[in-house]
Amino acid sequence: MSDRKLPAPQPNVETQEFWDAASNGVLKIKRCGDCNQAHYYPRAICPHCGSANTAWIETAGSGEIYSVSVMRRGEGAPFAVAYITLDEGPAMMTNIVADDLDGLAIGQRVELVFTPTEDGAPPVPMFTPRGG
Amino acid sequence: MSLRNAAYIAGAFEHPTRLAPDKTTPQLHAECAAGALADAGLSLADVDGYFCATDAPGFGPISMVDYLGLKVRHTDSTEMGGCTYIQHVAHAAEAIAAGKCKVALITLAGRPRSENVMRFRPGAPESAFEQWVGLTNHTSYGMCAVRHMHEFGTTSEQLAWIKVAASHHAQHNEHAMLPKVVSVEDVLESPMIADPLHRLDCCVTTDGGGALIVVAPEIAKTLNRPMIALRGAGEATKGPSGGLGLDLTVSAAARSGPAAFAEAGVTPADIKYASIYDSFTITVLIQLEDLGFCAKGEGGKFVADGNLISGTGKLPFNTDGGGLCNNHPMFRGGITKVIEAVRQLRGEAHPAVQVPNCDLAVATGIGGSLGARHGAATVILERQS
Ligand SMILES: [Zn+2]
Repeated sequence: MSDRKLPAPQPNVETQEFWDAASNGVLKIKRCGDCNQAHYYPRAICPHCGSANTAWIETAGSGEIYSVSVMRRGEGAPFAVAYITLDEGPAMMTNIVADDLDGLAIGQRVELVFTPTEDGAPPVPMFTPRGG
Repeated sequence: MSLRNAAYIAGAFEHPTRLAPDKTTPQLHAECAAGALADAGLSLADVDGYFCATDAPGFGPISMVDYLGLKVRHTDSTEMGGCTYIQHVAHAAEAIAAGKCKVALITLAGRPRSENVMRFRPGAPESAFEQWVGLTNHTSYGMCAVRHMHEFGTTSEQLAWIKVAASHHAQHNEHAMLPKVVSVEDVLESPMIADPLHRLDCCVTTDGGGALIVVAPEIAKTLNRPMIALRGAGEATKGPSGGLGLDLTVSAAARSGPAAFAEAGVTPADIKYASIYDSFTITVLIQLEDLGFCAKGEGGKFVADGNLISGTGKLPFNTDGGGLCNNHPMFRGGITKVIEAVRQLRGEAHPAVQVPNCDLAVATGIGGSLGARHGAATVILERQS
């Protein structure tokens, strides 16, 4: 794990429940009651169909790597930036925490690991290789 | 309504500076404006439309029109990142076709080497979910390259050929930031910045800028300059849009490009010269596929073995050295893409890289973050007698 300083996420009325869940170790995303499709990052209005009939769902906190690039230079390097395709469908941009960043690969199974930010602020949802 | 022949590019100017510690950013805008107007044979008093984006300091056109001393009846501050100025050419043509102006000035300038430039845009809806990720353009475009390699077998050697071709052109450009010819090995041996992009897969960072003058047909005919017509234009945006169906191997150029070709009534096979936005080598490869110069996944083979080098390759690209070797002012390569296309169409490119009988060119670009959310703009330009 790099010693990169993580900026505290700023919750707002649209996303407060996401960050409250994060503080309790749960990754929530939203699903639309009309088109039945999930989306990330969460919005009040469904980006797939425009419906306001969206509701929070708890994810299983697992998925697989869609793509990953390890930043090799600059502050806090090395660290891995990735898209994870959640088992619920949507892909999310996040970081992968691992001892062996060189071993990360597309298709690899990963699981949720919350990482602290600043004191009193919610943690952020990162991922780590399953069993790793 | 079509934009074909709705407007002509009468003036184009690339600021020669690549490091400007002794000038202000508004001053660079003004110098670029003066250069493009002189190139067109027009003056400030002729300008009745002004186009700028967020590189213009202050309150957009309100600050800049006053600073420059313009008297305009039309302004446009459309913002789409680095490709904005390609889009501005089309928007200027739209305004001219609608009778809103006849002489449009487009300026870009900035000093990212000489001053701290604010790049983060507070309040974006995605901020809370992405800011802590530490995404930079390197990892954003890096993820696109990793995925392209995974799906299509594209290699770092193939990407390196794009830099090699740009460097072959830059050696003839006295203003180029990196005028030295490099080899595939040079690229692969340069330090890794973000997998799989090496330092030499990245564009340069430069102070500077450029400007364009887009005019109505009846104005173009009165000027003693070659007639460079806008023949077609397209624009598009793309993002993860909720995360379903994410595909990092396809850019918004897959829609802006075909739209521009359709409006122009030509195909990629008709193009003599291509200005392809080159923030990174992978940016070029993906756009070449998306514009239809080759099939999706075939970009690696297409760019290899010097195929983009003017005089020997099938598709001469970025003959000024591009953003990869020449100039990427204010982190934005859109205006220089149009400027070099205009030089080629006029026959005013460096003789060593001038494409013979270059009468049809494309300039295309990406703005924003290819691996996150981005825009694309494409114009087809034609020299008419
Ligand atoms: Zn919906």
